[in-house]
Amino acid sequence: MEQLNNRYFKLLIGLGVVLAILLGRLFYVQIINESYKTDADNNSMSREMIYPPRGIIYDRNGKLLVGNRICYDIMVTPRAVTELDTAALAHVLDTTVDFVRDKMKYYRTYRSRIGWQTLVFLKQIEPETYMRFAEEQFRFPGFKGQERTLREYPFNAGGNLLGYTSEVSAEYLAEHPEYRAGDYYGRTGLEAAREQELRGKKGWRIFQRDSRGRTKDSYKDGEYDVEAEPGHDIVTTIDAYLQQYGQALMAGKKGSLVALEPSTGEILSMVSSPGIDVDVLADFGKHYGRLRKDKNMPLYNRAVSASYPPGSVFKLINGLIGLEDEVLQPWMQYPCNGGYVYTSSGRKLGCHAHRSPLNLNDAIMTSCNGYFCYVFKSILENPKFENTEEAYTHWREMVMSFGFGQKLGSDFPSELSGNIPSADYYNRYYHKGRWRFPTIVSLSIGQGEILATPLQIANFAAIMANRGYYYIPHVVKASEGVEIDPKYYQKQYTLVDTLQFAKVIPGMWKAVNALGEGGTANVAHVPGLDICGKTGTAQNPHGKDNSVFICFAPRDNPRIAVAAYIENAGFGATWAGPIAALLVEKYLNGEIGDDHRDLERRVLTTRLIP
Amino acid sequence: MIQDGELDRGLRKTLDWRLIAVYVLIVLFGWINIYAAVRSGEPVSILDLSLNSGKQALWILGAFVIAVVLVFAINPYVWESVSRPAYGVVLALLILVIFLSSNVKGSHSWFELGPVKFQPAELSKITTSLLLASFMGRPGFKIGVARDVLMALAIVLVPMAIIVAESETGSALVYVGFLLVLYREGLSGWYLALMGLAVLLFVVTLKTHWWVSLLLAVACVAGYLVYYLRRVTTLRNRRKVIRNALVAFAGSTLLILATDFFFNSVLKDYQRQRIEVLLGIKEDIRGVGYNVHQSLIAIGSGGLFGKGYLQGTQTTFGFVPEQSTDFIFCTVGEEWGFVGCVFVLALYGLLIFWLVQDAERSRTAFTRIYGYCVAACFFMHLVINLGMTLGLMPVIGIPLPLFSYGGSSLWAFTVLLFIFIALDRQEKKYF
Repeated sequence: MEQLNNRYFKLLIGLGVVLAILLGRLFYVQIINESYKTDADNNSMSREMIYPPRGIIYDRNGKLLVGNRICYDIMVTPRAVTELDTAALAHVLDTTVDFVRDKMKYYRTYRSRIGWQTLVFLKQIEPETYMRFAEEQFRFPGFKGQERTLREYPFNAGGNLLGYTSEVSAEYLAEHPEYRAGDYYGRTGLEAAREQELRGKKGWRIFQRDSRGRTKDSYKDGEYDVEAEPGHDIVTTIDAYLQQYGQALMAGKKGSLVALEPSTGEILSMVSSPGIDVDVLADFGKHYGRLRKDKNMPLYNRAVSASYPPGSVFKLINGLIGLEDEVLQPWMQYPCNGGYVYTSSGRKLGCHAHRSPLNLNDAIMTSCNGYFCYVFKSILENPKFENTEEAYTHWREMVMSFGFGQKLGSDFPSELSGNIPSADYYNRYYHKGRWRFPTIVSLSIGQGEILATPLQIANFAAIMANRGYYYIPHVVKASEGVEIDPKYYQKQYTLVDTLQFAKVIPGMWKAVNALGEGGTANVAHVPGLDICGKTGTAQNPHGKDNSVFICFAPRDNPRIAVAAYIENAGFGATWAGPIAALLVEKYLNGEIGDDHRDLERRVLTTRLIP
Repeated sequence: MIQDGELDRGLRKTLDWRLIAVYVLIVLFGWINIYAAVRSGEPVSILDLSLNSGKQALWILGAFVIAVVLVFAINPYVWESVSRPAYGVVLALLILVIFLSSNVKGSHSWFELGPVKFQPAELSKITTSLLLASFMGRPGFKIGVARDVLMALAIVLVPMAIIVAESETGSALVYVGFLLVLYREGLSGWYLALMGLAVLLFVVTLKTHWWVSLLLAVACVAGYLVYYLRRVTTLRNRRKVIRNALVAFAGSTLLILATDFFFNSVLKDYQRQRIEVLLGIKEDIRGVGYNVHQSLIAIGSGGLFGKGYLQGTQTTFGFVPEQSTDFIFCTVGEEWGFVGCVFVLALYGLLIFWLVQDAERSRTAFTRIYGYCVAACFFMHLVINLGMTLGLMPVIGIPLPLFSYGGSSLWAFTVLLFIFIALDRQEKKYF
């Protein structure tokens, strides 16, 4: 066997050979080969970035929601500025002499650091101004125009949904090295959620310049040019007209209005009020400070980012769970004498005046509090379970299968999960074994610790419409180059058998359509549309009650499900009901019937926000 | 009686200052080049924390602290004894990261802890080196014994396989360097030769035709037979030579037949495309070949003396992607020219040379083998990274050690190197 010491030298020789190969390659690339030498000097070359047009956003019917318009940035290569008529430049660019002077002074101060770089001199000038500049460009060596595209909004719909774009910030750049200073990106809403598709890919052209700095022609016939790739267009599920109408209905009210297509989970309209108008989006930087300070928080999308007690609409779920657990039958009657007494000392959960006793569907129609206290009591005291905690955990699992208490998984990144408290929560709060039905009686009617987002409530309306399942609500449709998560195509079933739903739908129908029988939602009645609905009035610790309404229509093969949630607007039938009904009527009939004109006028003109 | 002072010789004599000087030079030169690579548009400070250069400054300070701790605060004898548990823990992390990681450019190898990201694959180089040194350095280890050599190979191949599963082929390729360590410790050179032949046959098959490869294989095997049959006289050894030749030939044939399958079905699309571009089978300077093409333009435009620091023009518009990390050498080529590149190559050459020299001089097998492992890691990273940047190898994204932007890589290499420096110092102290 050879000496191992020998191998030390062999390995060193190997190292030497490899280093020699690398050196040889370097020598070839850097010294011998000319074809790799493009430009040692920026003087002889100029590169022009081509910014791709951002993808366009359409509504579900192909109507343009967000488009692009062209403007120009004026760029300068300070080293290439040989002579400068400051006054003439300021005049041509519609700016002040001082602005030009300050800029040039800055460039002189940082002369060495800037080197041959090209910087942005003036941002976003109008095409007319640019044309004037282009004609006289030869007088300003070192300056040139750079085409950019900006967002344009031809239609005032969905300001909060669409979001806005802005120039990249230093922090964003640090996290996203694929961007360069001066690029634009989506900050909020759809623009942010679909940034990858909308963005497109930058390209560039390389030009040669002659000795006087004038652009001569394309370098090597454009061999090294790269075309910009436009961003992909996004098709949303929004109906632009419905969205616009919804915004008009919600004007001056605080809350949300969400409409879904039950058969697909597509969001037809989503209004958060007060919101942002699209003309604000177009020039967002100017309005940002004011909008942030506004105490009504217009920047915030309440439909997914606010959670409220759902109120009486929640009675439907308790009814369904009671039916599924076989502790309730549709024919069962319970008395209600202005409420339900739940402690021996006579504490009472109040109810309004209606006839008594009632069966299930009449209780839904009249939204009887007492009835649903009995229902919830029998759910929690079901002998099938050992104790309240077990029964409660079972109930909670059923409720969560309706999409409550967890994020639905919609394509809104800011979506909240709402809250369905766990048994552990009550164990901690009241101690284990120390809480029973009377302790949490308010859950019977959707009050107490329960919280839900308007989107979750709308999704619940869609579940009622579908009789037992939903598709996860979403706002982007799949189109060329744009994929959506396959989960949006999957039916999500609740834990309640689909057969039970048929037993409570008549109550929802009667609430709207049984005129003169004490239904709570007669105001939403539209002849011929067969709207099924449920009102709700949720206590609000900050003033007047919140007004809630869910509905779907028509009763068979529903095409739309709506939830309206209006803060501090009182009883559900006062504002939420009419707003939701008008939206449904507009969507299904295309116009508002004569007998609803007064109602429409009242809704459109009322301002509830002080 | 021997005085303490005689035993414990001063720092000046025991610490290998050459290695430390080279280390500091590489790190600092890397830092100023990162600044040149990331700076764009408006002038900003090199310490601006929103830029990679500012962050790297913090990483470098941290690395220096780590180096000091490794040399002064930790008894180097610890390393041999922790090699087993450390290897096990890192192996667990390597597997865990596949399930827990977020997807970074298609690979599942990064742990994200808030703002900090790190790759267990970086740690694994250290622990593999330690365990390999501990296993091969123990008395009684014989490279000729099948069980021993297979065990040594397993120590290397297990983490390598997991890293391949993390889609970090580049990092996995580095482990091939450990074969050089095995070679130094007595593994037959024919294994290296066979590996070289395999790569050659693969390339030739793709570039020309399978029958050209086959002819090549026949020629190699025939050359081997002719050369050795003349020298070997005993019947037993002649049989052995013939057997070796047959095995080599059968292997080559199999490899040539499997090339198409491997290339089209095993490799991922992007890997296949990168190899095609490298071999000139496809011309694609806008797509896959774009990085390398831009990288060569940047380096080529540097010429002999370069354009001067911060005067590079290819950087301004970001023509070269990943310029502060994997393609950092472009900046050196463009701004410092051939002279600067030779300087950087010389630094790495000296680093590896002195590492190997110290390792050779060492009296304990553990330190010697560990030193070779460290040298091999640096060597493989250098060759793969520069090979890619210079268009000699397919695009494999691994950093230039100590030079590229990235905290986890910088720290890992610092630990790797300074464990050796501490081991080396310990020996010089007492011998």
